[in-house]
Amino acid sequence: MELVSPADFAKDAVHAVQDYTLLAVQSVGNLFRHPRYYADMLYQADQIGFGSLPIVVLTGLSIGAELALNSANTLQRFGSLSLIGQLVSVGMVRELGPIITGLMVAGRNASGMASELGSMRVTEQIDAMRALGTDPMKKLVTPRVAATVFMLFFLTIISDLLGLFGGALISNLLFRMDWHQYWSTSWQILVFQDVFMGLLKPVLFGFVIATIGCYYGMTARGGTQGVGRATTQAVVASSVLILVVDLLVTKLLMTIFAYQ
Amino acid sequence: MAAPPSVTTTEVLSGTQASAPYLVVFEDVVLAFEDTPVLNGISFRLSKGETKAIFGVAGSGKSTILKLTLGLLKPDSGHIYVLGEEITERKEEDLFELRRRIGMVFQESALFDSLTVRENVAFRLLEEGNVTEEQVDRPVREVLSFVELENTVDMYPSELSGGMRRRVAIARAMITRPELMLYDSPTGGLDPVTSTTIIELIIKQRDVFKTSSLLVTHRLQDAFMMATHYFDRKSNHMQPLPPGMRSEVPMGFLILRDGKIIFDGGLGELVHTQDEYIREYIS
Repeated sequence: MELVSPADFAKDAVHAVQDYTLLAVQSVGNLFRHPRYYADMLYQADQIGFGSLPIVVLTGLSIGAELALNSANTLQRFGSLSLIGQLVSVGMVRELGPIITGLMVAGRNASGMASELGSMRVTEQIDAMRALGTDPMKKLVTPRVAATVFMLFFLTIISDLLGLFGGALISNLLFRMDWHQYWSTSWQILVFQDVFMGLLKPVLFGFVIATIGCYYGMTARGGTQGVGRATTQAVVASSVLILVVDLLVTKLLMTIFAYQ
Repeated sequence: MAAPPSVTTTEVLSGTQASAPYLVVFEDVVLAFEDTPVLNGISFRLSKGETKAIFGVAGSGKSTILKLTLGLLKPDSGHIYVLGEEITERKEEDLFELRRRIGMVFQESALFDSLTVRENVAFRLLEEGNVTEEQVDRPVREVLSFVELENTVDMYPSELSGGMRRRVAIARAMITRPELMLYDSPTGGLDPVTSTTIIELIIKQRDVFKTSSLLVTHRLQDAFMMATHYFDRKSNHMQPLPPGMRSEVPMGFLILRDGKIIFDGGLGELVHTQDEYIREYIS
């Protein structure tokens, strides 16, 4: 491995942040400029949204079920098994639903975007697109960002609902808890702040996933090995950023809403 | 050696775009990647209707000249004029309109591998929007017929041979009848027979549509063939020009060495040059 001086490393890092910021800003700015590629947005929404549905359904269901299963033992000790619905509901809607869905979609789609755009980059298809008078930022990046933000929002809602359903299954089948009691307590515990936090996060996570995936794809170099590297980096960077953004947003919203 | 001709900004920008005296002008262009100089004070001009072949050893900056002409790269200093417009300081988004008037054939074809031949060739038309199926299909059929690949419409690039991919790339570049064509090693990696087919197509494009072009190539014989042949519409093949008529083909040669132009002239000047490096290069 080639050794890089600290000065060069810092310069490269600043350069990368600058390029990423430019890409992120342009991807949003292009929504307000012509031409807009609605057909590409729909295609990406189908690929990202419906394509991710099986994995989101499975993870949502199992996370909700596991949450109920793990917390039931502790709650039983204090004779508070009836609180299980509340626990699953708040945990899924506020935190686990968005973060698990975000990580699943990052693993599936940030890698897909990085490898697809990376392959186009190293085979000069991106340059060919520019040479043909088409802006790759508008044609390739903006539709992916818009589609990911839009679809992750709805995927998270599906994941939340399935998580609650998974919790309900465990509560009813293993702990003989009444369905009606479970659902009414789950519903009643939720306040505006929980729902707002749970729905703001997927918007931010979707933006992170798509912009990171596109950034690593658009800057890939070094042939197939470079595309592989870009794909791995996109998954790692988007997953880490999701966790960091989640922490910051949670803290910020808790401060704003003065959570107890 | 023929000295690179100088040209003034007034000359380039005088007249309307259609009557601009030079389609491409490089004025003292300098470009370095990291700390490695690639082009070091390049100046040349391409007249309307002219084809200029660019030679040089690998890494001498031949493809870089094409990318600079399209505005895909920016020079560190100097000025570049394309189709009567200065592009040196232009922003990326302001170049897309100009690029639609230029056709580029990339070294490895650079076809969009997830699109069919029809979608690749029609890419520019589809991007312009508001076009009917008929408005797309007719020109696609025409250009595919020009490159003799009418039967590949629904195939994907991965299903084509290397030579067929180059021909589709040429069809894609010429569908909107560009005023300027840029060819980046169009015969690179192809067998001699296929290379001759590609060169015949470029000659056909030059003689039928009178398009100006810059041609980067490693193969000297390709450029010599272009300088000594014309396209005969009757036989639908290229034919050798009689020796007395060779000077009538608007063909120039540009040789690069160490980031500088060491030759810029016609076929006659090239074969009679006294420069030892060039003599060795063309021998």
